[in-house]
Amino acid sequence: MNARMNHAWRHAHRGRLLPVLALLLLLGGLLAWLSWPATPIAVRASATTPATDSTTVERGRYLATLGNCQLCHTPRGGVPYAGGRGIATPFGTIFSSNLTPSPAGLGTWSADDFWRALHHGQSRDGRWLYPAFPYNNTTHITRPDSDALYAYLRSLPPQATPAPAHQLDWPYSTQAALKVWRALYFEEGSATPAAERDGDLEVQRGAYLVRGLGHCSACHAPRNALGASSNMLDLAGGLIPVQNWYAPSLTNPTEAGVQDWTLDDIVALFQSGRAGNALVTGPMAEVVQHSTQHWSAADLRAMALYLKQLPRTDTPVASTTTASVRLKGTGEQLYDKRCAQCHGEQGEGRRGTDGRFAYPPLAGNRAVTMASPANLVQIVLNGGFAPATPGHPRPFGMPPFVLNLSDGDVATLLTYIRTQWGNQAPPVSTLDVQQLRGTSAR
Amino acid sequence: MFRTFSRCRLLGPLFSALASCLALPTLAAPPAFEDTIAQRTLACTACHGAQGRAAPDGYYPRIAGKPAGYLYNQLLHFRDGRRSYRLMTHMVEPLSDSYLHEMAEHFAALDLPYPAPSPVAATAQELQRGKQLALRGDASRQVPACVQCHGTALTGVQPSIPGLLGLPRDYLNSQLGAWRSGQRRAHAPDCMASIAQRLNDSDVSAVSGWLASQPLPVNPKPARVLPAPLPMECGSADAPSPSAAKRGRP
Repeated sequence: MNARMNHAWRHAHRGRLLPVLALLLLLGGLLAWLSWPATPIAVRASATTPATDSTTVERGRYLATLGNCQLCHTPRGGVPYAGGRGIATPFGTIFSSNLTPSPAGLGTWSADDFWRALHHGQSRDGRWLYPAFPYNNTTHITRPDSDALYAYLRSLPPQATPAPAHQLDWPYSTQAALKVWRALYFEEGSATPAAERDGDLEVQRGAYLVRGLGHCSACHAPRNALGASSNMLDLAGGLIPVQNWYAPSLTNPTEAGVQDWTLDDIVALFQSGRAGNALVTGPMAEVVQHSTQHWSAADLRAMALYLKQLPRTDTPVASTTTASVRLKGTGEQLYDKRCAQCHGEQGEGRRGTDGRFAYPPLAGNRAVTMASPANLVQIVLNGGFAPATPGHPRPFGMPPFVLNLSDGDVATLLTYIRTQWGNQAPPVSTLDVQQLRGTSAR
Repeated sequence: MFRTFSRCRLLGPLFSALASCLALPTLAAPPAFEDTIAQRTLACTACHGAQGRAAPDGYYPRIAGKPAGYLYNQLLHFRDGRRSYRLMTHMVEPLSDSYLHEMAEHFAALDLPYPAPSPVAATAQELQRGKQLALRGDASRQVPACVQCHGTALTGVQPSIPGLLGLPRDYLNSQLGAWRSGQRRAHAPDCMASIAQRLNDSDVSAVSGWLASQPLPVNPKPARVLPAPLPMECGSADAPSPSAAKRGRP
């Protein structure tokens, strides 16, 4: 009787025991994988001894300008490439590394180590790097370009200050978290993708610049809660976390797509910071200021050609009739009082004596009508200038309104300009403004 | 005028339109657009008051008539993190040295009347101590007198030393506090940081109280030169060279 019961029990539970064991084994394996320290990935040694001649160093300097490396790797007002600039992320603050040839920087790094970091996102000692360093992009940089960048960084005066330790929340600070993130989102770059191998050489160069050094997708890719995108090279537009600026879609002509622009206008935008009624502002102003205005004419043209031929992803602009008459009344008053002097009574903008727009028109301006109101909120709250460049040396400024307008005022005003003069964009709510204002104190 | 009139006629029967008709004429007519440096710097005067004559709240100081070199240095300090105020840094960050210098020269050249000083809450003893620090300093603590650098009339000295009169006490207190804590810095050697760190809280309160209560002299402009050499060395930026202006700042 007892034996039979025992047998029955075993029989009944054998079916459940196996999956539990398998699950435990899987969990154990996962844990081992997560906690196993990474060793440096073997990389093919450079074919030749790293060049240090002035031509290579100069080429490296130009490549670093293409990549805007200096902006993140330099503290405000500090020694170039000394690192230590804090980059705020939703997971904590990352401090950029010292890239000068000192023991605190890349002093002990070889050209192979440098290539491993760019291509695999892995440090010299095998640690995985945090993806605030956009290695989904730098993985597309060629080995000769990596070596030239290395030669340039080796030529800098050494700076002994080490970067401060990152201030990241657990578990994002762990190597295990990075391992998971990489498994999900990192894709090692290969040589030119097959689709482009036969294409136009200039377009290929443009693609290389946009994907690699230009790291455009680092901002222009949509982002999920892990700060990633299923396609990390996507250019469909995304909100830059913490800063709350929206990097508009480069594939959608109603956002920042340039498929319908002339090549000259595209080049002018990156070279001078303005073209037609468009001005670069916010984080893109930094890109123009520190990087693209210094690009060669050939590289600007190559990038323009590539951006112009990107496949379109038109999305119908949601039209709106929800702005109430009441809203229009106060919106109109706010507009007349605060904005009309510069942007015109009908949102037509104002031209300076050079015939160019001093203040951009708001009527028919896609920066006003695109779905995300993030950039409008930032511009109205903080004001600011377009970058001063040789092609646009004395930009007109926009006053900040953070001290004068409440969240409700900003919402009313933005809803007004998004629904006037033929503009048909969704309204902006007080809650939108509250959420987007972020760290902009009143 | 015509625009206002026609709008009222169109929306006549509506109460909201009546309100807007009543409200509109009371709005100050905005000045017409002009392609000038004053127009380009409306972003500055939004906080620093019309033509840079200071905001009523006391925290955005007067910039009109300050020496150009001083204003230029401050713009660079905000850009390069030696002074910190988020809105200011955001404003100057994308601009070139030569454009910032042009803005500094624009505000420096403005010659506007100063308002009478606001009443200051301070005891006679405090004011006496403040006056002593300003005019004679405190040799026992190696604190030079304000007048030794900021000019006999305390209206500043060309090209880079600011005047100390016509500033609200709150502003003077917060600046001296920032110098002491290292929140406000200047080009090395940072003479004002050294001096501020030799002052204590009551010194700061005394000297700010006395300075804020002084009216401007008949000639409120910065002096051309100092009668004697500076008591200590002070850093400053050179004006941008014309060739740097052409290149643009990398």
